[in-house]
Amino acid sequence: MDQLFDVSLFASALRMLAPILLAALGGAICARVGLFNVGLEGLMLVGAFAAIAGNYWTGSVAAGVLLAMICSVLFSLLLGYMSIHLKANVIVVGIALNFLALGLTTFALRAIFNVKGAYYDKNMKGLPKWDIPLIKDIPWLGDLLSGHSILIYISILIVIGLQFYLFKTVSGFRLLAAGENPTAARSLGIKVSRIQYGAVLMSGVLCGLAGAQLSLGNVTMFTEGMTDGRGFIALVATMLGQSNPLGVAAASLLFGFMESLSIRLQGFALPTHFTMMVPYVVTLIAMFFFKDKGYLQEARKSNESSR
Amino acid sequence: MLLEMDAITKSYGSVAANKGVSFKLRKGEVHALVGENGAGKTTLMRILYGMETPDSGMIKLNGRPVSMNSPMDAIRNGIGMVHQHFMLFSSFTVAENIVIGREPEKGVLFDRKAAAAETVKLSEQYGMPVDPWKKVGECPLGVQQRIEILKVLYQGAEVIILDEPTGVLTPLEVKELLLAIRQLADQGKSFILISHKLNEVLEVADVITVLRDGEVTGTVKASESNEEQLSRMMVGRNLVQQARAGIQIGKPVLELAGIGLKGGKAKALLDNITFSVREGEIVGIAGISGNGQSELLQVISGLCAPDSGSVKLQGKEVAGSPVHAIRSAGMAHIPEDRYQWGVSKDATVAENGLMGHTKRHQRLGILERKDIRAMVGEWVSRFGIKTGSLATKAQHLSGGNLQKLIVARELAQETPFLIAAEPTRGVDVGAMEMIHGELLRRRQEGGAILLVSSELSEVLKLSDRILVMLEGKMVGELSAEAATEEKISLLMAGGKAVV
Repeated sequence: MDQLFDVSLFASALRMLAPILLAALGGAICARVGLFNVGLEGLMLVGAFAAIAGNYWTGSVAAGVLLAMICSVLFSLLLGYMSIHLKANVIVVGIALNFLALGLTTFALRAIFNVKGAYYDKNMKGLPKWDIPLIKDIPWLGDLLSGHSILIYISILIVIGLQFYLFKTVSGFRLLAAGENPTAARSLGIKVSRIQYGAVLMSGVLCGLAGAQLSLGNVTMFTEGMTDGRGFIALVATMLGQSNPLGVAAASLLFGFMESLSIRLQGFALPTHFTMMVPYVVTLIAMFFFKDKGYLQEARKSNESSR
Repeated sequence: MLLEMDAITKSYGSVAANKGVSFKLRKGEVHALVGENGAGKTTLMRILYGMETPDSGMIKLNGRPVSMNSPMDAIRNGIGMVHQHFMLFSSFTVAENIVIGREPEKGVLFDRKAAAAETVKLSEQYGMPVDPWKKVGECPLGVQQRIEILKVLYQGAEVIILDEPTGVLTPLEVKELLLAIRQLADQGKSFILISHKLNEVLEVADVITVLRDGEVTGTVKASESNEEQLSRMMVGRNLVQQARAGIQIGKPVLELAGIGLKGGKAKALLDNITFSVREGEIVGIAGISGNGQSELLQVISGLCAPDSGSVKLQGKEVAGSPVHAIRSAGMAHIPEDRYQWGVSKDATVAENGLMGHTKRHQRLGILERKDIRAMVGEWVSRFGIKTGSLATKAQHLSGGNLQKLIVARELAQETPFLIAAEPTRGVDVGAMEMIHGELLRRRQEGGAILLVSSELSEVLKLSDRILVMLEGKMVGELSAEAATEEKISLLMAGGKAVV
């Protein structure tokens, strides 16, 4: 048991947390304006690829991250335009975007890097690690909290910022209103479409960061379909966390931990394909326990017309 | 003159919704706007509230012409509207719902304490008590109505439009609302009240304008008018007074014994319900909506199986049987929510009429179109259903006409037992008269009818016996002779029956 649960397991859980958390926050903000963003996976994949490409072209990690955000935002704009402006079914658009992203990144991998399957450059620098002064010297805690990629710390700041924005500011209040009852919000002169676009673009930024953490943080490479279902796990974290930033963070932590656990279990001579099921089994169990708790369901129920 | 709408005309395609309608409102006046469905009341108010632009005509405020291009313009000009379907955010607090759009700010922050203080101030000023920190979803509909009015007042409205404000309220809540309207009018606010309910209009309004087919048929003082005169102006003819003739009551058709339904919640949805409906009898169920009436109907009609008890139809046990089996055992059902259960909006009038009649109009599994058209066509002419053709989609019919189609379809089943749930909800007086007449005729022919209605006057008018439901229990039974509106209201609200 000591071998299974040690500091490095928890530290790796934190590493696994960041991409899921960032994407899940993007999903949460979309859910709050009434759009169920199934395209998180695709947005993240585009971000992951753009981060590597940006880094490859400029040799700068910051430029890579920036490009990741820009590309994901452009991609999310497509989702917004289709579902808000043209009123297409957001789930169908999201699924289409996921496949588009998979094809596009695979194609671009061959067109730009001229490789199949994966691109790896051992000289490429990843995201900087941050050793927190003082804390890094505390024996157990230091190993756990310190020395992670900078995006992990940023993602935690985003959780706090988003929680504050949604529940303390006027603008956040109107965003919640637009999601809960768009008709009523519109009748009060709240610009619902504009708010929805804002939320979708924000989710693009967050998914771009999530992708960058995936390709430049955990490893320094891009492989075809490297998001590997994390976007969907993030979607579940969004639902499980009731689209509350703090709740989403807690749910993401659970999934991050399960993912690192599944990797660790491989060291115990369990078949890889078996351990890879662990996060998904936990997802199913989690959904089972929280099946009636969706706040969106509540809202929908009480908004049903009386006719 | 505070507000004048002058010669307003508005057409949708070839249909004129408003034809040269003029309307005047004085300060401190309660002005009711009545008319049948589709008479153009709502269109006129949507024009005033900036949701529609008129084809021609002019709106003047204090003698000065104004143009209303959006609800924001209307709000800026001091016109507020309380919609028929509340525009509230149920997971937000009362204060949040009232200040939304004009939130008190502290920098970028939403000052919720100030919002609550504003709310309390407003509610004291106008004598409409609310709890600012309560979630709107947890407030009863009467309080939600109050919140809507406070919201409009917070926005600075001088003219308040109320669209069918009493449709969802209990009798007691209606009384409170009418009182509040009167008080606000005495404080100088002006009201435009859209309503079907002539008794309420006569009680609260100063002036009544009647619309028919998009034209004003008259403007009268409430003190000099009465229900008969108004209905005549609305419908364009005299309404026939219907009375229940005495009839021999026969053997029981539907018998319920000890019905219980849990439904996941701690509190039972239905608790030990026992009653019967006999031949030649209309049994009315009164109650504030949401006290188990819907669940009871679902159990009887087979949409949901009870946890305990028995349902006997024509002596045959049908509890938990599929809908199809119950219907063939002798049940027809006019459902309470016509859009959810009654029709398919995208199907045509003929197809909607065919539902439940497919067995009779087929040969070897192929539908006999000619028979079907003849059958539905006969209903359309007999019930006076206003539809373009039998191929018109149901969604293009007005609520009242759709309801007539459903009533015709279910009556044509000619079953010994009929459920009539909210048979005239949102239906104008003409259609209401027609539907009531058909139900009474079915009773005369020896049919057994279970009537569920949140409209007390309807229950009182049609029923031979009245049962009152509260929180999933039957809390009282009254005979038609003994029942009065006061007695039923008291039972509905949980008071003890005084016998």
